[in-house]
This record gives sequence, structure tokens and C-alpha cells, in this order.
Amino acid sequence: MKYLALAATTTLAATAAAADTPELVVYTYDSFVSDWGPGPQIEKAFEETCACDLKFVGNGDGAALLARLKLEGTRSDADLVLGLDTSLIAAAKETDLFTETAVTADYALPIDWTDNTFAPYDWGYFAFVHNTDLTPPANFKALGKSDLKIVIQDPRSSTPGLGLLMWVKDAYGAEATAIWEGLADNVVTVTKGWSEAYGLFLEGEADMVLSYTTSPAYHIIAEEDESKAAAIFDEGHYMQIEVVGRLAGSDQPELAEKFMHFMVSDAAQSILPTTNWMYPAVMPSGGLPQGFEALVKPENARLIDADKVPALRDEALAEWLGALSQ
Amino acid sequence: MLRLEGLEITQGDFRLAADMTLKHGRKYAVIGPSGAGKSTLLGALCGFVPLAAGRLFCGETEITNADPGARPMTMLFQDNNLFPHLTVLQNVGLGIKPDLRLTSEEKARVEAALVRVGLGDQMTKKPNALSGGQQSRAALARVLVQARPWVLLDEPFAALGPALRNEMLQLVQQLVAETGAGLIMVTHAPEDVRRIADEVIFVGSGRAEAPQPAAALMQNPPPELKAYLG
Amino acid sequence: MARRALSVSVKSGIGAAALVVALIVAALLAVVSRAEVGAGFLSSDWAAIRFTVWQAVLSALFSVVLAVPVARAFARRRFRGRAILVTLLGAPFILPVIVAVLGLLTVFGRSGWLNVVFEAVGLPPVSIYGLHGVVLAHVFFNLPLATRLLLQGWQTLPAERFRLAAQLRLTPWAMFRTLEWPLLRQVVPGVTALIFVICLTSFAVALTLGGGPKATTVELAIYQAFRFDFDLGRAALLSVTQLVLAGAAAVLALSIIPSISMGGGQDRPLRRWDALGGAQRVQDTVVITLAAAFLLLPLCAVVLRGMAGLAVMPPQVWAAAGLSLYVAIISVLVLLALALPMAGWIASGRTGGTEAIGLLGLSASPLMIGTGWFILINPLMNPADLALPVTALVNALMALPFCLRIMVPRLRDTLQDFGRLSVTLRLKGWPLWRWVILPRLAPQIGFAAGLTGALSVGDLGVITLFADQERATLPLQMYRLMGAYQMEAAAGAALLLLVMALGIFWVCDRGGRWHAEA
Repeated sequence: MKYLALAATTTLAATAAAADTPELVVYTYDSFVSDWGPGPQIEKAFEETCACDLKFVGNGDGAALLARLKLEGTRSDADLVLGLDTSLIAAAKETDLFTETAVTADYALPIDWTDNTFAPYDWGYFAFVHNTDLTPPANFKALGKSDLKIVIQDPRSSTPGLGLLMWVKDAYGAEATAIWEGLADNVVTVTKGWSEAYGLFLEGEADMVLSYTTSPAYHIIAEEDESKAAAIFDEGHYMQIEVVGRLAGSDQPELAEKFMHFMVSDAAQSILPTTNWMYPAVMPSGGLPQGFEALVKPENARLIDADKVPALRDEALAEWLGALSQ
Repeated sequence: MLRLEGLEITQGDFRLAADMTLKHGRKYAVIGPSGAGKSTLLGALCGFVPLAAGRLFCGETEITNADPGARPMTMLFQDNNLFPHLTVLQNVGLGIKPDLRLTSEEKARVEAALVRVGLGDQMTKKPNALSGGQQSRAALARVLVQARPWVLLDEPFAALGPALRNEMLQLVQQLVAETGAGLIMVTHAPEDVRRIADEVIFVGSGRAEAPQPAAALMQNPPPELKAYLG
Repeated sequence: MARRALSVSVKSGIGAAALVVALIVAALLAVVSRAEVGAGFLSSDWAAIRFTVWQAVLSALFSVVLAVPVARAFARRRFRGRAILVTLLGAPFILPVIVAVLGLLTVFGRSGWLNVVFEAVGLPPVSIYGLHGVVLAHVFFNLPLATRLLLQGWQTLPAERFRLAAQLRLTPWAMFRTLEWPLLRQVVPGVTALIFVICLTSFAVALTLGGGPKATTVELAIYQAFRFDFDLGRAALLSVTQLVLAGAAAVLALSIIPSISMGGGQDRPLRRWDALGGAQRVQDTVVITLAAAFLLLPLCAVVLRGMAGLAVMPPQVWAAAGLSLYVAIISVLVLLALALPMAGWIASGRTGGTEAIGLLGLSASPLMIGTGWFILINPLMNPADLALPVTALVNALMALPFCLRIMVPRLRDTLQDFGRLSVTLRLKGWPLWRWVILPRLAPQIGFAAGLTGALSVGDLGVITLFADQERATLPLQMYRLMGAYQMEAAAGAALLLLVMALGIFWVCDRGGRWHAEA
């Protein structure tokens, strides 16, 4: 019981100390705040400039993030939400919890960025990652015909899973069902999130895993391991653009806006490539870190307009469920 | 004085009626065939068996509905008279205070009782480390410190050999003589009755008969008792 | 002779039971209050219900059918190390799911040990994913429980019967028919029912090994309704469905679920004169070897894989381990505060129906309780500040039915044996607990505490709803390591988790038996 009391006192003390400096609360996904993610470095760099206490709150992945926000509604402690992606923007705007921003930058995105509620901070192409000793198929049809085993994520619980759903839908439209039926016998399992899927792949449970073209960069840079590569599909690759937005109910609107500017500044952008393992939204002055040049680059980038996603999602989800449930 | 006024006990088909007055300081033996209700009678006196009718008095105080723990009597059961997880000292101490917060004077009383029953050197042991006879002595030491006006024995020594049982009964006799308590004991053995009891309560065919002087009764038993004694 | 012999206050027991019901109902109401109208089942929800029931039926049947020969073999063999082996075989039941799945994959996975052997001898590879994978994992978790309960039943057969059987020179088949079959008929339905209920609420196993959307359990559908569709109405509806399904099964089965006794199978086995023949000896040896291999190889896999990872584990893992230990301790305290008075109440009563309340905890969706309380707490304070207490509470609720099953029979015996003595000594209230019940129940309390602590330390449920950066438990930290490509360190964390779960169980179990006698 002593320990309980102690814990309570510590919490109180921490709250008291925080009252002196303004606190900025940012909801984000779990892997962002982990000690190997960008969180700690971003926090340090921003706190050097803001005379504030930046607090990241990790919450599952992008989809879970939005669920928590809806749960809390206007009472949320959060000032900003970081980590939604283009597939979730429409749903996020529907909550009326977000407010507009003045952030603009010279974005290094394959598309024009026109949204004035959210600011992009990094992006990547979805791709199937494999070991280099494997000759990858050239597209979804070839993958479906092969006997390669793949691990994918559930579109109902993860953003990469939803990305894949959109990718197939965007590339094949009405033919998407046939593609999924072709893939059904290749799918070893469908995981809740990216972590489990990638883990299973590294364990040797599958030949390929749905991830990003930038994933091999981690192996090259952090582990000096060049045995992983991303397969280029000739249908083109669906993009994921991760965004940050601030909440209308924030009690620190100026500070929140300042953080959004910070996220597209050189200081933050130079941290992201080797911590979040994605492309920076704005090219840092030092360019991309060494190792990124070895990554494959799709020629054809795909992205469905954010406002068209919700309707397509329901249709595509039904097709996906139908094809994989047989 | 313990007065049983029109006592009736019913349990399913089983019925037992009792109407008698027991004098304080006397020793009563309860005898009768198996299943006649000897233990049930003791249980009713102690408050473990509900009464269908009748009233129970101790002196002028009615105790018909009193809690078992609040009655002026203490009972030794056929088994489980000691907590196996507590030391002998603790077991006896519980007889004085349920929370075991004993004053030094009370502790001395407990130790004295244990010395009295011959367990002065076994106090810190647990019951399992004692012999059957020693366990009975420990239970008797607790009866001693409880110092209630009545002591009820429901064949607590049944599992002991004849010599040991005699020894225990002798000890009981001495203890009640010292404390002036009344004794009510269930027994199967006519020789126990002869050795200890002042009076006999015969339980049979749904009735507990009023006590009669032991010596006279045993010499000249009525037909029903005769049948039981064989 | 029952009147007034029982002197445990039932008030606190009823209070604890009411608290359990209130905690669950309040959470459900909170979820419903935020639900939008028009919520209903989707066709995929019906598929989820069907799959859930089907996999639970299969898991329960396989667990029990396989447990019969294993328990039988252990019941009639005496060998060196038998007690240790029986204890070790119990380990999977308290293993964190996230760790067990890692171990199972290393053994049964696509490039696992089994498939390496198969490939070497020219057999086609086997896949662990799909319905059979889910069932395999459930059998892995519950075979130990089933074996233990059956073995315990076997040991209730009095030695005299075996002597009689030996004198009559009964053949093994006659032996089975006259002694073992009646016993099995008595014990098996309850064990099957218990495992069925446990498997009904399965979540993580179906998630990883299910192999796709066809292997969606109700709990998984609840998760998706909450986290992705944010359809609180459907989530509430599914939660109620699960509650009713598992609750009804549990209540129906309650009368036949056996009590979980201490040290089942660890006692010296009875001397038996049957099954001395060579064939049965070989058969039993094979059965025990296979069971040991099935249950222990995945554990070995976790240990082997984790050894290398321990060295590269970042310091945060140790901090998370400390936090997990803290959660486990609070869970145990909460559990005891709920279970002891409830056990007192149930043991004093004449009917066993009240125990059903304990089973509510097992049939309620942890995610529903978590979300409901999140909604309730949110207007008052930051839910993250209550992350650990809420996690501890939910964990305690999950363990409650097992712990009641462990404690109630012993408490009932205690009241039976010592109730009248306690009453004559005016023992009631705290002194009764202090001097009679707690010491008599020490081994059961230790066992229950160990079980709760072990289950709690590996739980990765509610914490994910509430946790923030500073409050990561060990399973969550392990998950984050995987999310950061740190597979080796995650394997190290898995080993740490394994050691902690088994360690907590061992310490509590041992602590309870300390000085316990008679």
C-alpha cells in the first residue's frame, strides 16, 4: 500500500511541476512514442525551442487513435493528433474536432498537398517486402498465381491493411474481388497490426509481407543487412501520407500551431527518415540519409482522394471479407 | 441449574422430546442406542440444533435463542476440537479471547492450565505433533480456561484406547471437581457410567428421560435400557 | 446440525459480488449510452458467433480427449521426476498468450522445428494457420488444465478399490469399465464445459493464428467494432451476446465443473497392480513423452530464442517489467479483496448458484469493461492516470472464477470441520479470518494469487486502451519492440515475461504452502 501512496504522490508532484510550463499533449500511434521511434528525439528538439512540456500519448495505431479521439470527444486532453493517414482524413474531419492550420511547406510529395486542416510530415509507398534471394512477382495477378506465401494486415484494424485494400481497389476497380480471390490461397494469415505481420515475416512464416518500400532502409542502415528488398509492382504503388492536425478544443492553440510548423521544419524532418523509416514530407537540407538511395522507387504513385475513401472502403471491405472468408 | 422445558427437536422423520432439570455441579451420563439422538440433544443444549418447541433456562435466564458462544457451556466434539494450524498455546488461548490478544495475566492462566493437564513442555507444538491423548489434554486445558458452568462431552475420547480413555475421564472428573462445573457426557460404555456419573439420562424412542441416580438405575434397569445394555 | 455452525459474515461477500456485477454492468451501460441508434448485427457478426462456438467446442473436446490418456498414464505410473514433470506440464496454462504464440510458431510454424523435420524426411509441410491453428493453441493452453483436473479425479479413487481389483485379477479393460469409466463420466463433462467457456472469449490466439477474417471470434469482432468502426452500439450488442453465450454455458455447466484442487497429481500416486504389462507400460511412456514434447518444446523454444535477446534488451524493458510486476501485485490484492468474501458467502450458502457471479468476470469482454470505464472516467480525470488500477481490476475479474473454484471447496470443508468449534469460541469477524480461515486456506490463497499474478503479468488487453508513453507494461513493451523491428530484443522480453509469469506463480504457490499443515 505504501507503494500505491508513493505512486500517487509522484503523479501529483509531476502534475504540480507541469503547471508552471504549458503542456502540449499529442496523441499518436504506439510505435511513434516507443524508445526506438521518433518520439523521444522530436520531443527533445521541440522542447528546446518552445519552453513547454511536450507529451506524446501512444495509442495503438492510426485507426485506434481516431477511435480514442471519438471516445473522448470535445473533452479530450489532446492538443494535436499525429499519425492519421490519408485514408482516415475524411473520417477524422467528420468528427468536427479538428481545426484549420496555416502550415505550408515545399513538400517533397509525389502529389500536390491542398488540405488545410492537416499537414503531412512523412510518407511512403506500400509494398511487399521480401528476402533478396527471392524473385518477386511483378504484380498482384502474378502474386495470386504464384505459390508464394504472404502476410497482410487486417484493414479493419490497421492502416497498412486499409492501404492495401485501397491499393487493390484503385488499381482494379470492379476486378478487385477477382484479385482477392486469387490472393486468398497466398495469404498465410491476417494480423491485427503491422508489428505482428512484420514479425511473422522475419520469423520466416511468409515469403513476403505488406510493408513499405522504405522498410529495407532499416535493415540496411541499422543492421547493415542488405538481404531485404521491396517488390515493385507494375500496377503502381499506393501511398501512405501521415499527417498531423490540431484540435479545436485545444487550450494551447498557438503552441499547437507552432508544433505543426515544427513538424515540417528541417529539425523534425531530418529525424524522421531513420526513426520512423519513411520518406520525409519536406526534403531536409542534408538530403536523405545514406542507405535510402538503395531503395526501389515506384514509377507510378497511387492515392485515392481522402473524401472518396469512406464509401470505397465499405465496398472494398465487403469484397475482401467475401474473398478471404471462403 | 439447567432447565429443559418441553423441548422438542424435529429433523425430518426424527423427533426428540426432553423435559428435565439438571442440577449444577452434578455429573450426568447420556446413554441410549445409536441414532436415538444423544448428540442431537447436546447439540440442542449448545445451540447448534434448532428447537421446534420448548424453552431452555440456565438459572433464571432464558437461553433458548442465545448464540452458542454466549451460552454458559462448553462442548468437546467427537473430533476437530483443536485447530491443526495453531499451536497448543494459541488453541487454549482462544478459549479466553477470540482475537488472541492476551494480557500477561491471561497468558499465565493459559500456561497454568496446560501445566495442570500435563502439557507444560508441549505448549509451542502444533496438535499434529502430539499424541491422541495429548491432544485430548490440550482440548481439556481449553475447557479449563473457558471456565463455563457446564461442560458437555460428545464422546471426544472415542478414538482412544481403553487405558487412555480412562485416564482422560479421570482428568475430566478432577477438572469439573476443581471448577465446580456440571458435566453432561454422551457415552456408550456402562462402566463409564458407573465410574463417573451421578445420574443417567436415557435417550430412546423419541424421548430423553429425566435423569435418575446412576447406581440404582444401572443395577435395576427398566426393560428398554436393559435391551440396550444387553 | 447446520444452523449457526457457519459464522462467516455474508455481508461483505454480497458486497463484493455486487461490486463485480456493478463494475461490469456500469461499463456496459456506459458503452450503450454512447451508442447510436440503428446498431444491429452484421452478417459477419453471425459468422463470428458461429466460428467462436465451433472453435470452442473443438478446443474443449480435443483438450479433454487428449487429456484422458495423459492423466491415465500419470495416474498409473510412478517414476523419478514425476512430480516435477506434472508441475512443469501445468506451465502453459499460465503462460502469456503473446509468449506462447511465439513458442508455438517456433515449433509448428512454416519454418519451425516440426517442418524442418518433415522436410528432412520428405513429408509435405504443415501449416499452423486457420481453425486448426486456433484449436492447437487452445489445446496447448488447456490440455494442462484438463489433465490436472482429470488426474485429481483419478486420485479420488480409494486405494482399497485398486487392491480389490488386484485381488479379482481384473484385466485392463475390465479395470477401465468398472473403475475408470464411471469416474470419467463424472468428471469429463465439467472439464469440457470449463474449457469451452475459457475458449469462447479467446481473442489473441484467433488474431494471430486464425489465418484470416473467417477465423474471427466474438471478442475480436468487439475489438474491431470498438477500435476501427467505432460502432459502440454494435460493440455493446456483441459484448452482451458474448456475456449471454459464455454466461449461459457457464451457469449450465457450473454444477458439473469440478473444483480445482491443490497439488493435483503431485501427491504420491497410489500403488497399483494393474497395467504392469509391457504393452501398457510402453503405451503410457509414449503418451507421457508426447505430451511433454507438445507442452514443453514451445517453452524451450521461447527460452532458446530469448537467451540471445536478453543481452540486447534496452533498459526500458526492465522498467516495464517492474511496472508489470506492480500491476500483478495490485491484481492479486484486488482479487483477494473480492474473492475471499465472495468465497465466504458461497461456502456459507447451501446452493452453488451464487458462484455464477464469479463467472461473469470470465464471460465479460475485457475490452468492453475497459472502454466502458474509459467513458466513465474520462469526464472526471485523465484515464491514463488510472491505466494501471483499471488493468489490475480487469485482470482480477478475469481470474475470479478460477480462484473461487480453488477456494470455495476448502473453505466449505473448513466451515464444516471447525464451524462449531469457532462458534463455541465466539470466533467471528476478523479473528475468525485471522485465526481460522486464512491459515486454513493459505495454500489455496497462494495458488489463486499465483494464478492471478501470472495471468495478469502477461495480459495485453486493457492496458493498450489506457497506456501512454510512461506506462508500458512488459507485454506492451514487447509489442513495441516488435513494432520497432527489434525482434531479437522482443524475444528477450518474451523470455523475461515467461520467467516472470512462472516466477510469480511459483513464489505465491510456495508462499501459500509455507508452514501449511494438515
